[in-house]
Amino acid sequence: MAAHRCGLSLVCILFFSSLAHPSRCDTLEKANDNTATKRSISEVNTDGSVAGEDMNERQWQSTDVEVNRSDGTKNSETFTPAPAKDQFQEELVIRPLHSGDIYASFQFRTLWDTDFLQEGQKKVSHYRLFPKSLGQVLSKFSVQELHISFTQGFWRTMQWGQPFIPSPPGAELWVWFHHTVSDVDGNWKELTNVLSGIFCASLNFIDMTNTVQPSASFKPLGLGNATDHRFLRYATLPREIVCTENLTPWKKLLPCGSKAGLAVLMKSEKLFHSSFHSQAVHIRPICQDEQCTSKAWELRQTLNVVFDHYTSGQGKKEWSLFKMFSRTLTEACPLASSSKVYVDITDNPEGELFELSPATPLLSQAVVLGDRRTYSVYDLTRAETFGQLRSFNLLLRWKGDSGDMLRPLLHAERYVAGFGLQTGEIHTVIYNNHPYRAFPVLLMDSVPWYLQLYIHTLTVTSKSRDNKPSYIHYQPAKDRHRPHLLEMLIQLPPHSMTEVTVQFERALLKWTEYTPDPNHGFYVGSSVISALVPSMVAMSTNFTQDQPLFSSFVPVKEESSYFVRVYTEPLLVNLPTPDFSMPYNVICLTCTVVAVGYGSFYNLLTRTFQVDEPSPPLAKRLANFIRRIRGVPLLA
Amino acid sequence: MDYYNLMRIFAFIHLLVSIPHGYSNYVETKAGQFFSSGHTNNWAVLVCTSRFWFNYRHVANTLSVYRSVKRLGIPDSHIVLMLADDMACNYRNPKPATVFSHKNMELNVYGDDVEVDYRGYEVTVENFLRVLTGRLPPSTPRSKRLLSDDRSNILIYLTGHGGNGFLKFQDSEEISNMELADAFEQMWQKRRYNELLFIIDTCQGASMYERFYSPNLMALASSQVGEDSLSHQPDLAIGVHLMDKYTFYLLEFLEEVHPASQANMNDLFKVCPQSQCVSTPGHRTDLFQRDPGSVLITDFFGSVRKVEITKDTINLTSPVEPPIQRSGSGDIQIESLTYVDQLPVAEIIHQKPKQKDWHPPDGFILGLWTLILLVFFQTYGIKHLKHIF
Repeated sequence: MAAHRCGLSLVCILFFSSLAHPSRCDTLEKANDNTATKRSISEVNTDGSVAGEDMNERQWQSTDVEVNRSDGTKNSETFTPAPAKDQFQEELVIRPLHSGDIYASFQFRTLWDTDFLQEGQKKVSHYRLFPKSLGQVLSKFSVQELHISFTQGFWRTMQWGQPFIPSPPGAELWVWFHHTVSDVDGNWKELTNVLSGIFCASLNFIDMTNTVQPSASFKPLGLGNATDHRFLRYATLPREIVCTENLTPWKKLLPCGSKAGLAVLMKSEKLFHSSFHSQAVHIRPICQDEQCTSKAWELRQTLNVVFDHYTSGQGKKEWSLFKMFSRTLTEACPLASSSKVYVDITDNPEGELFELSPATPLLSQAVVLGDRRTYSVYDLTRAETFGQLRSFNLLLRWKGDSGDMLRPLLHAERYVAGFGLQTGEIHTVIYNNHPYRAFPVLLMDSVPWYLQLYIHTLTVTSKSRDNKPSYIHYQPAKDRHRPHLLEMLIQLPPHSMTEVTVQFERALLKWTEYTPDPNHGFYVGSSVISALVPSMVAMSTNFTQDQPLFSSFVPVKEESSYFVRVYTEPLLVNLPTPDFSMPYNVICLTCTVVAVGYGSFYNLLTRTFQVDEPSPPLAKRLANFIRRIRGVPLLA
Repeated sequence: MDYYNLMRIFAFIHLLVSIPHGYSNYVETKAGQFFSSGHTNNWAVLVCTSRFWFNYRHVANTLSVYRSVKRLGIPDSHIVLMLADDMACNYRNPKPATVFSHKNMELNVYGDDVEVDYRGYEVTVENFLRVLTGRLPPSTPRSKRLLSDDRSNILIYLTGHGGNGFLKFQDSEEISNMELADAFEQMWQKRRYNELLFIIDTCQGASMYERFYSPNLMALASSQVGEDSLSHQPDLAIGVHLMDKYTFYLLEFLEEVHPASQANMNDLFKVCPQSQCVSTPGHRTDLFQRDPGSVLITDFFGSVRKVEITKDTINLTSPVEPPIQRSGSGDIQIESLTYVDQLPVAEIIHQKPKQKDWHPPDGFILGLWTLILLVFFQTYGIKHLKHIF
């Protein structure tokens, strides 16, 4: 039946392709025209930057990705007449944080111009830039979208603000499968096994007991109108450790590896000597071009690090690329169409707070997370960035004290209350710091089955008043089969604190279900809070236009608000843990009782007692012998 | 080394092309030595069975062997590395992403491109035996499998806490020497190895190999039955002992070995004499077919690269076919390609709850009760109520 349908659709596709062939030529020409115009723009830009060499007159760049793409495509056209429009971009954003830490965010984007999910297409793919190991996984398991992250440390929203792409501590994996998949659970199980091999992680511990199907919290980030959550699987492993062995395969997915470009900065000794480390892979279908007539696969590899140079650098807030990564940059990845370093200088418009060297004439503005930020841009594809020494070492020197702590509009925290090992209470506190706007958040909790939630004790209070959620989805756990899933849509009143509490009882596990170190406790994954936060400035809804990578991950639907996801702390809960040496103790005690108690009692019962007459001394016996002979009464 | 490689290639030419010639006997013996082992690929299974920070030295032991076999040419795809705990990124490690084998942070055995295949809770007796015997679930990735054949030389290295006849895994279970011997027998029957070198660094290590009964096994242990295997040196900055004595001297020995070196197993048996180790290292060769003096260290710690010489000319200039143009099916689905709203509030609120299998229609229950009451009053009437209540 399926084969028949495939054949039919193949015929259809062939027919349409023959029809659509002339129009294809048109679009190609159009694309060429586009590049031509872009080239002219780029010429203007370069002229301008040459003219504005002195630092007082800064050059503003609206969207600076196009400038080099035209060059890049031109170069690639000269030696490969490949029809596929594969593309690779790399980018590093550095944001000095108010706490004195430095946030460095790498993003690498590989576009793969192929569409194997379409029915009737031959599953022939090229792997020029896209890693083959991932490409084969995508086509084998019919993955529509895949997001995986490995994080060590916890992102402190109160001190650091919002990250570009958030991630919970440990490992997180969520996958949308294509709607033609019949056995989603089987695919999911196999996929996690395969990914555990690719990323050297214990993802094979993802099974039915920690997988959920959120009904509203996770929507596809890429193209696609199917939002039936039967094809969605979500799982976290909060205990998962992240170390060099995870970074090594991650680096190998890059077209340049760690040999050239921004990836040379990724020395594990430095990256893991940090307060926060997170690496992720996001794969999704996106628009191939501005008209959005066809799909292309986007592989986005992100790596976020927060360095604490304030405490480790004797209180000095100076940093440089060399200090952070023990390397300087010498070249861009030759395969990259764009390679840039951005430094956030929004708080430093006139250079009164800190000084950047080398200075750059290029500035860029982007609307990120509801705020308009200004960035200094260093383009690594240009030779002048590297200067005379052929090496680029960015240096930042602080002049004055930094400003106030920023208050994020939305943040959340979570903790376990209660005492003893029988019951407890999970508190989730969500803060809305907006002075006058209320906004909705969707809270998702996935709690393992061994914490038995008392859902009748669920309360949601804001401003000491009951706050009734407008949507509740609760799926109770099944022991050893399924975790609890709780999703609630809550409206947060302006400038308020909303508290969600629910009581639970701790279950007793079977002996073999305990981990080798059960006294460490058991982890409960982070709650996920998805929210539409009111934006300070108008968000740009045109998703297809070229933007810097860090500001173009989440598609924006309306200008007045932006979508953000906040993860709370994972919980560490102690379960009643038996003394595992107990069987040994019991055996010892039983043996002692048997030996001492029963043994002596048995002995007492079975022994026969006889009165033993003491024999008289020798002298007495001799005397009696003589007396017996004499016939005199014997001695007593 | 270059000289030796040249000799190897000559030996190959000599054997494969087999042109009559006048090479000296020297080359013949070299070639004979080269093929004496009879294996075509090398595998390594390196296991650390101890959890917790104070067992840092066991992870360092395993990683130092990993470093050596990788340096001598066994690729990551042929190494199954099992580490029961994460020492490198442990919060107690003052220098994250490093594991040192020598004092004063001299040699980082963790390196920058390590690939750990089984880690943390995955290191269990069950998984270890499944890897050895190849009885893994079908979806297990290749990197977690021991895909050896009857021409494979396998190095198995174990370290951890043990006793007479057992080795503890993660403080919660143990493998006995009989189980291990049976696993090797199963490997032999399934033709999963050509020769196998077993090294164990644990207390009373010799007890782990005394039950072996399968052919082509050679075994080494750090201590005899009744002896403890001791740690080598503490580091004050890291705060724990860095390595065990036996593996420390084994690493020093292996650091001297290079891919073309002629060191043989007899040299390996001399590693760490009692004066250095305090314990007495033991070895067992009675199951092994060859003379240990003729077995090179690189037969197990190195890797064979197969060289085949062809006299045919291969033409590489044929044009590479460009990938097929995508058929322009874009026109059909212009309207369908959109991004989804990430938090469609209205849609979520009006999301219908899952329908249950069957509900009695509204009013059905009410109607049923009315019917019952009606029948009741029809039968008894109001005046009989006092007889009932």
